[in-house]
Amino acid sequence: MRYLPLTETDRAEMLAAVGAGAIDDLFVDVPKDLLLGEPIEGLPLHASEMAVERHMSRLAGQNLSAGEAPFFIGAGAYRHHVPATVDHLIQRGEFLTAYTPYQPEIAQGTLQVLFEFQTQVARLFGTDIANASMYDGSTACWEAVQMADRITRRDRVVLSGGLHPHYVSTIRTMARFTRDEIDSRVPVLDAEPDDAALIEAISDETGSVVVQYPDILGRVPDLAAISDAAHAKGALLIVVVTEPVALGLIEAPGKLGADIVVGEGQSLGVGLSFGGPYLGLFGCREKFVRQMPGRVCGETVDADGKRGFVLTLSTREQHIRREKATSNICTNSGLCALAFSIHMTLLGGGGLARLARLNHARARKLVDRLERIEGVSCLNHAYFNEVTIILPQDARETVRVLADRGVLAGVSLGRLYPDANELHRGLLVTATETVSDEDIETFASALEGVLA
Amino acid sequence: MTAHNPSGWRPAMGEPGEAASVPTRSGDRALMLEEALSFEIGSPEKCGVDLDDANVEPIAGLGRFLREGAPDLPGLTEPETVRHYTRLSRQNYAIDLGPFPLGSCTMKHNPRLNEKIARLPGFADVHPLQPQQTVRGAYEVIAQLADWLMTLTGMASVAMSPKAGAHGELCGLLCIRAAHDANGEQRSVVLVPESAHGTNPATAAFAGYEVEDIAATPEGRVDLEALKARLGPDIAGVMITNPNTCGLFERDMRAICEAVHAAGGYVYCDGANFNAIVGKVRPGDLGIDAMHINLHKTFSTPHGGGGPGSGPVVLSEALAPFAPLPFVMRDAGGAPYLVEEEDGATDHPHSFGRMAAFNGQMGMFTRALAYMLSHGADGLRQVAEDAVLNANYVLRRCEDVLQAPYAGSGPCMHEALFGEAGLAEGFSTLDIAKGLIDEGFHPMTVYFPLVVKGAMLVEPTETESRVGLDRFIESLRSVAERARNGDDSLKSAPHFAPRRRLDETQAARKPVLVWKGEPGPSGQGAPSELGGQ
Repeated sequence: MRYLPLTETDRAEMLAAVGAGAIDDLFVDVPKDLLLGEPIEGLPLHASEMAVERHMSRLAGQNLSAGEAPFFIGAGAYRHHVPATVDHLIQRGEFLTAYTPYQPEIAQGTLQVLFEFQTQVARLFGTDIANASMYDGSTACWEAVQMADRITRRDRVVLSGGLHPHYVSTIRTMARFTRDEIDSRVPVLDAEPDDAALIEAISDETGSVVVQYPDILGRVPDLAAISDAAHAKGALLIVVVTEPVALGLIEAPGKLGADIVVGEGQSLGVGLSFGGPYLGLFGCREKFVRQMPGRVCGETVDADGKRGFVLTLSTREQHIRREKATSNICTNSGLCALAFSIHMTLLGGGGLARLARLNHARARKLVDRLERIEGVSCLNHAYFNEVTIILPQDARETVRVLADRGVLAGVSLGRLYPDANELHRGLLVTATETVSDEDIETFASALEGVLA
Repeated sequence: MTAHNPSGWRPAMGEPGEAASVPTRSGDRALMLEEALSFEIGSPEKCGVDLDDANVEPIAGLGRFLREGAPDLPGLTEPETVRHYTRLSRQNYAIDLGPFPLGSCTMKHNPRLNEKIARLPGFADVHPLQPQQTVRGAYEVIAQLADWLMTLTGMASVAMSPKAGAHGELCGLLCIRAAHDANGEQRSVVLVPESAHGTNPATAAFAGYEVEDIAATPEGRVDLEALKARLGPDIAGVMITNPNTCGLFERDMRAICEAVHAAGGYVYCDGANFNAIVGKVRPGDLGIDAMHINLHKTFSTPHGGGGPGSGPVVLSEALAPFAPLPFVMRDAGGAPYLVEEEDGATDHPHSFGRMAAFNGQMGMFTRALAYMLSHGADGLRQVAEDAVLNANYVLRRCEDVLQAPYAGSGPCMHEALFGEAGLAEGFSTLDIAKGLIDEGFHPMTVYFPLVVKGAMLVEPTETESRVGLDRFIESLRSVAERARNGDDSLKSAPHFAPRRRLDETQAARKPVLVWKGEPGPSGQGAPSELGGQ
């Protein structure tokens, strides 16, 4: 077998060296009647590289990949062009096949990357600090809620109707067990986000308010107003960014009063990959550092006085604090953080701003074209690269029919909110820099055909 | 001259030779290259991406939300970027360079075929919310991987969405809690052995349980009688790692499961060490109710400097109904489909809910499935046997120079546990670890498990060849002997790594978590500084 270096001679000699007559002498603690005598039935035996590639390629071929069709899907995962440099560099074995940097003297590569990543995230979010990553945006959001509970010693959470429904579900799941009281709302098909309703819902018992920016329908909430209202009642404002490219164009949440900013970093460097692995971004005020979940990398010096980096503040973490830890997270999303960081370094602030404008321009073009179709309208006043389109019929069926015609048209609100009939004519559409004029025309023509 | 060191060169340990005192203007030393921070060498005007002209009309509707100026993030051109990260990469140790014997972390070879497979556009360039008819192949991957995991473990069901081991633990505990809730039972305590990973008690606490220790026997295993004595109506379940973190198989696992079930509780098994038993015994046959499987350990998806991982959880019949959404099922014709919110109420009504957005770690699923197909049922069995053989070989060849607290009780599984007793006064496990770095090896897991003073947990995995293992053992023995003899040069090791020992106390006392240098030449925005609140 190509992955196993021991020869039969090695095995025999090594067994003799450890005083075992046969390999099963080393499995003597396993109950005899349960020790399997031969390979498990029902599974294939070993296969060549070529055979495995053939099998997997056949499965891959059963999917319609985004690059094969006009593609307008977003809703928390965005298709951006990732420079070839990113994927080349993350496949350097020294990055790809390293472990968590527990021995800093021989892990300065990973550690310096994490330090740069934390600085990039903090600057992008406008927060004082950031951690070294979480699993994804939704779990980072849940961890932020928990962190706010610890800081405020309150367990009432107010969720904006504009928060991604999967994030809401994730928070609800955990709240069933932690007994947090969740005050959530389904979004209303209105051009403006539900800032007023949200502000109304904040009370002296509210620990945190969670707002997505831009929100699930593509609208942009007024963070400064919500932040003032939250702080007036002693609550923390948690802002969720599912599309970090937007921050090339709109103000950083930390500058608008957010106490904790979390996000999904997949847009930069990571790719769609059917939903994972993705990258949880987490930034907050410096004064909350000891309540922050997850790993952090810090600067220090070595015995010769040279600058170096280490994982630090581990007294918050599970391997030291056990049941009193700020989170149970261990493995995070290191390689995705590297990809994000390389992509961000390639762009720089100026490049990110240009990329953001380009996204917005594509979205405007898409909206202009779709609005020319009879019975179709755009919900939003303000938007970045994603908008809600209102169709004259249930959007779920429309999406399925368009897919059969080779267009990946967006996400129907019916799929995200199956119980909210009033939303079912809504269709979320996204246009990033990857969308061409021809894609827009193909989509619009196909939609005209479906609605005719 | 030996095959291990063909040049015949041997450095004089701890005595910097003449070469060390020769200064260089750059601070670099030939191929030993220092690298500045990207913030120190980049500029906001630089960009390594050529973008189509935005040609944007006035920004619509965003007026009051627009930011002033670009984010204060320096950029680099493409060649500078490639150099920056390539130079940094050379300051990392990696499994591609040599043994990485971190106990309970299972650092094994990462086949490059799996990287190629994960990057096929049909897997890499597919959106999680595409219409179901366009992603049948993705569901098929999930379903096939699920079939493998259920067959290998002998379990009834598997939840595929957890993002890593600790997330899988949470999934298992939430299933247990949901099952008790469904029975109208209030149970408040989860029992966890002292030797468990820190994630176990942290997870139980996160799921809302009180955590109590389970006593261990002098042999390093769960004390069955003590466990039985503690079981009762307040015990929701137990979390047990098997093989355990001392590298031993829990001989009484079946009896433990029976006792816990008789008392109305459930057994969660931490599957971090599944590599030792894959294909040799099915955990389901031992009676467990839930177990996470770290695809990034047993099934070789790359650790990537700290993730991403993937932690599917296999479940018994009793817990399967409570598994989280989304859920892949097969229809009567065997075709897989996704159960999510849209149809969860009818197809999977008792689910405890969703644990994360979207459908799980697809990029890890494709890699793990490719790995399983490559090894096959026969190869995976050989993986466990070689991993266990390699660990026992290390144990027996080092037990005369290192304290081996449980070596007398029989063979170990896939990892060999040593302690620091017997080292010279003032010498510790840390010195051995740092000495190994100078020898060109990544150290073993140190100071874990907590039940052995100065624990050193060595997991060679099946990836190491006999030659490689002998070489590692010779170095480990040499360093151990130096520590026993009080060789002072070990106290200042490592001498030859990119950095000497780092001041972790200073890092924690005055945390510097972001770069606080001068803002970039454009002067747009102030850098985020600590204490900027």
